[in-house]
Amino acid sequence: MKTLLSKLASVVGLLFAVVALNFLLIQFAPGDPVEVIVGEMGGASEELVAQMRAEYGLDKPVLVQLAIYVGKIVTGDFGLSIYYNQPVLSLILQRLPATVLLMLASMTIAVVLGTFLGIFSARHPKGLLSHFVTLFSLAGYSAPVFWTGLMLLILFSSVWPIFPVSGMTSIRGVQGVFGYILDVAHHLVLPAVTLSSVYIALYSRLSRASMLDVLGADYIRTARAKGLSERQVIYGHALRNGIIPVVTMLGLQMGQLLAGATLVETVFNWPGLGRLAYESILRRDYPTLLAILFFSAVIVVVANLLTDLAYGKIDPRIGGRRKPAPRKTKEATQ
Amino acid sequence: MQPILSVRDLIVEVDTGSAVHRVLDGVSLDLYPGKTLGVVGESGCGKSMTALATMGLLPDRFRIAGGSIRLGDEELTTVKPNRLRQLRGNTISMIFQEPMTSLNPLLTVERQIAEVVELHQGKSATEAREIALETLRAVQIPSPEERLAAYPHELSGGMRQRVMIAIALACRPKVIIADEPTTALDVTVQAQIFGLLRDLQCNTDTAIMLITHDLGAVADMADEVAVFYAGKSIETGPVADILDHPAHPYTRGLMSCTPRLRLGAAARLPEAGTLGEIPGMVPPLGRFPKACRFAPRCPLADTRCTTEAPLPVAVGPNQSALCWHAKEEVYV
Repeated sequence: MKTLLSKLASVVGLLFAVVALNFLLIQFAPGDPVEVIVGEMGGASEELVAQMRAEYGLDKPVLVQLAIYVGKIVTGDFGLSIYYNQPVLSLILQRLPATVLLMLASMTIAVVLGTFLGIFSARHPKGLLSHFVTLFSLAGYSAPVFWTGLMLLILFSSVWPIFPVSGMTSIRGVQGVFGYILDVAHHLVLPAVTLSSVYIALYSRLSRASMLDVLGADYIRTARAKGLSERQVIYGHALRNGIIPVVTMLGLQMGQLLAGATLVETVFNWPGLGRLAYESILRRDYPTLLAILFFSAVIVVVANLLTDLAYGKIDPRIGGRRKPAPRKTKEATQ
Repeated sequence: MQPILSVRDLIVEVDTGSAVHRVLDGVSLDLYPGKTLGVVGESGCGKSMTALATMGLLPDRFRIAGGSIRLGDEELTTVKPNRLRQLRGNTISMIFQEPMTSLNPLLTVERQIAEVVELHQGKSATEAREIALETLRAVQIPSPEERLAAYPHELSGGMRQRVMIAIALACRPKVIIADEPTTALDVTVQAQIFGLLRDLQCNTDTAIMLITHDLGAVADMADEVAVFYAGKSIETGPVADILDHPAHPYTRGLMSCTPRLRLGAAARLPEAGTLGEIPGMVPPLGRFPKACRFAPRCPLADTRCTTEAPLPVAVGPNQSALCWHAKEEVYV
């Protein structure tokens, strides 16, 4: 409980630091949202510009602006989007699920597929598939995500059009909840595969090395000496040990995954936070951009917390979950 | 009495990629119910390889190239992999050298013991838990109920080795191979573990193959001894006979290397302060001499020893040695 509280405290501190840093960073960037708006209006008088600056609070000192902003965030008010002219929070909450869905799907594909490829090539380190995995992971890791995305886009838009290449749902609409889920899943295939390609490559290499290491361990020999089948040895004894480095990497790479999601969303027109961020940068929509950065930080922090929890679940030596001191189990006291 | 485990002329080869070497060259052993066979020798002499070959757990690139291993009525060298798995952990089990690394760090003690029982005896989880608890009591672990839920890192080295022994014992095997079970433990724990193995053996009539390089442990535990050198079993016999009058010059050398505590008048004898040594080193794999493998280090070696491989010579009713000079009463 104490560790959880101290973790939460550090999370709050971290988020505050993220907010302050992002705010100041944008202040230092050249350009001004009022100029963009005035530009789109086709010009305005000096007085109008000054009036608009005052309206948005842009005439106040930077630190005062920051203090006002932080105060509002605490109450859940992220301000109005300069471009959409609607509350930023509702704008983001519309987009957040799409990004979280894309990240979760890619992560799951990467971990499951990567680990299985890793296990397979660790069991047959000299087999054909093992060499293929090495080659594939090298290619997958070297190719930039947006390039992979573009290649898949070309392949599946003109050569072999079996997957939709843009958006999250069909324009013509579908019937029922099940139909909707299927439709979204169908649209999800290419973005998720693109985003996961780098990580499949990485995790297959990682789990291959780690499984090779684990399969040579003394306790695996013990498991074999017990008469367990190869399957039971791999999935009952080796896998949990072998997957620890993958979980570690997963936690470390959440930020990168989100950055990758931004690129993939742009390529496939996926209506998530990433595309909104991209558009907000071009439009100098600071309130939206700041809120996106804030929520990105929240996603990464939450993902890291979950990774920490998973880590403790997998490995009893971590997290001080149990104390070695004598402990009475229920059965023992009966 | 019929041996429960009988190894005859076992040959194990390793393929290093550039050459094939014999790691074991014609090893023969017999293990009887309720008895302990001590297998002694230096590191790399093939003790552990014999054990792993028997368990069917030879590492990659090692293979059995000849000979036979019979467990009861079954020939293990030709048995189907599925049948071998049924025997492993059930009829024949093994205690490994390193209790620190031989237990899975992510599974509880209960799981690691109960798993064997569920697998081989088809017990339910509840029954297996009961058996696990009973076995932990048998290996005299303090507060066994609490240890069931413990993870290996929460236990001391001695306790981990007791858990290893509990895993090996859980299915009441007929044969236990203990590969240097106490090497990683301190001396007091070592004595406890040996005492435990002896007690368990009395109650269950299990045959134990005790692999060790410690002649003291052999004197303490074994009924029969097999001395290994460079992939061969060079002397076998009852423990008292071999320790009292070793016939092979290597065994004699080993005996003279064992430190003894001399008190009183014995401490003043001229040889009391010196500890013997066997000159030279065990030849590396693939460079074993063609005839007697011990000849280059042997004080008794003559031309015959370097040209003709020795045959087993009976030196007592049950004792035999692989040496042309086995019957000569010369001490080195």
